[in-house]
Amino acid sequence: MPVINAFKSAVNFLSAPQYLVTAMLVLLLVGLRSKLLWSKRGGLFLLVAIGGGMAISYLDPNFNAVASLPDNVPIVGMIFLVGFFFWFAMNQAYENDRRIAAGLPTIEAADSAQKVFSWPDLVYVELICLVVVMAVMIVWSIFLKAPLEEPANPTDSPNPAKAPWYFLGLQEMLVYYDPWLAGVVLPSLIIVGLMAIPYIDTNPKGNGYFTFRERKWEITLFLLGFLVLWCTLIALGTFLRGPNWNFFGPYEFWDVNKLVPLNNINLSEIIWIKMLKRSLPNFWLIREIFGLVIVGFYVAALPLLLSKTLLRRFYEKMGTPRYLIGVSLVLIMISLPIKMYLRWFFNLKYVVNIPEFAFNI
Amino acid sequence: MVPRWRQIQEQIVASQFWKSIFRVGIPNTNRKRVLAMLGNVVLHLHPVKTRKSGVKMRYTWCAGGVTFFLFLVLTFTGLLLMFYYRPTVEYAFVDILDLREQVPFGIMREVHRWGAHAMVISVWIHMFRVFMTGSYKPPREFNWVIGVILLVLTLLLSFTGYLLPWDQLAIWAITVGSNMASATPLMGIQGPGTGLLKIGDIPLVTSTNDARFGLLGGRFVGAGALLRFYVLHCVGIPLIAAFLMAVHFWRVRKDGGISGPA
Ligand code: HEM
Repeated sequence: MPVINAFKSAVNFLSAPQYLVTAMLVLLLVGLRSKLLWSKRGGLFLLVAIGGGMAISYLDPNFNAVASLPDNVPIVGMIFLVGFFFWFAMNQAYENDRRIAAGLPTIEAADSAQKVFSWPDLVYVELICLVVVMAVMIVWSIFLKAPLEEPANPTDSPNPAKAPWYFLGLQEMLVYYDPWLAGVVLPSLIIVGLMAIPYIDTNPKGNGYFTFRERKWEITLFLLGFLVLWCTLIALGTFLRGPNWNFFGPYEFWDVNKLVPLNNINLSEIIWIKMLKRSLPNFWLIREIFGLVIVGFYVAALPLLLSKTLLRRFYEKMGTPRYLIGVSLVLIMISLPIKMYLRWFFNLKYVVNIPEFAFNI
Repeated sequence: MVPRWRQIQEQIVASQFWKSIFRVGIPNTNRKRVLAMLGNVVLHLHPVKTRKSGVKMRYTWCAGGVTFFLFLVLTFTGLLLMFYYRPTVEYAFVDILDLREQVPFGIMREVHRWGAHAMVISVWIHMFRVFMTGSYKPPREFNWVIGVILLVLTLLLSFTGYLLPWDQLAIWAITVGSNMASATPLMGIQGPGTGLLKIGDIPLVTSTNDARFGLLGGRFVGAGALLRFYVLHCVGIPLIAAFLMAVHFWRVRKDGGISGPA
């Protein structure tokens, strides 16, 4: 059927990382502000679009082969659960924002005026949750066997060799950053950054109830990290990365021999060879001076510059230490999509490339 | 004759045996509801009275509770699996194979594996909920920090467990994951700056003492790594996680119970 095939090719094309990540960014920046998406109707639309799309996709043998691997089933589950709870949180946030604007108490405030006895109100809810979870676990375990592959063979590396699924976002980062960043420094900063959230965010509003309007910045930034850079990259790494970590569309066969042209180029080459028409200097400091200045500017000068200009309001409200730590962490997080776009648009490989010290950014 | 259930029930509840276990009987008055919560070691994790908004599924999604419950399920099924599993290169794979082939209707391995996946997802959803309700704001800042450590421990539990079946999936996933450690700045054999650390011509960091070696107990994912991961997975990390969960729950109470609007 030519129509279906054309459709499949279109989807294959559009799910390439550059479009997928862009689509998620747009969904985040525009979607968060669109009231319609978080209504019951919007939720139903999302469910039908994503659920229906997935369900029909299972008819495709190539999609099916990847999405029904036992270890990938939980990730399908994750997509729906995270999607549902995203909608559920935003739905209540918009309802509360409407109430606050109308001078009414929030859903939670209306509820929390009174206290109830933990027995039975709380204990029974927990018991029901417990029974439901147990039932789901048992049914799931009966119908889906835990995978067991060939015995371990250290000489026979599978292709693709993938980390456990919850680390696939980090493995995907390896496309854009070297292991010392993608595998060591950035994960550490994710942990530190998460821990720092309560100490950086000094907005006293929105404590103990769902709201969007009172916490626009915090929510947008957190979801940029959690939904786009963590969950989306996991889904991408699981379903769309095949042999040699090449990109494969959801309906594309995982061909081990797929050839992807590698024409990535370093910033030093762009500047010295293409723009200045010279050969690369031998001494690393001179060769990489532009990249080093750019990186130095980004991590050291930019936060200061922003404190005087664009983010002045935040700087004054937060005070110096909070502001510097918070903005640095956010800038480092945003450097990932920036590096991605530089790769997609300019084939940029490294901003700084000093193989002399295995130091590449 | 139709048995008079009510009477039987009352007789049971009034019996010496029953009363020796459940001191207060059926909690059908407010006084007894209080006593039921206070007199039971498990239930007294909870306050006697809870804010109504905190009891609602729409608020907490019970995500923290589900995470904790999955942890208990995993502890139980993991214990059963330990009866049959020996963490050596020789036996690990065949023991799992035996479990699979020899135990009719056995689903303990399944419950353990899918439970682990589910726990990872439910921790994320719990964190997401706590963020979206702003529950990390004062006075709950530090409980959020403890939560982040619990999140890391959950991932490490899952990661160390992934190796134990000792099949292709296992060793290569762990190989990919642990290769990262060799890129640790100054401490990994391929890390930036590591090459600078040498005395004369002798490098200080080698493949037998770098960060990856420390993680794996060897230069590659082999017997040393299997034993190390087994011990961490079955004893080390669960103990730390259980302790931190106790602190986490304690702090939920001490920080004023489940959050809610002021
Ligand atoms: C093993 C992992 C974890 C377990 C078993 C756990 C369990 C719980 C439970 C049972 C509650 C009571 C309320 C609820 O169910 O939502 C709770 C509350 C809380 N958790 Fe966790 N949690 C875990 C991980 C985390 C993580 C990853 C975070 C954040 C990064 C976190 C931060 C909090 C905070 C701040 C509260 C108080 C929420 C409020 O008062 O509304 N926890 N946790």
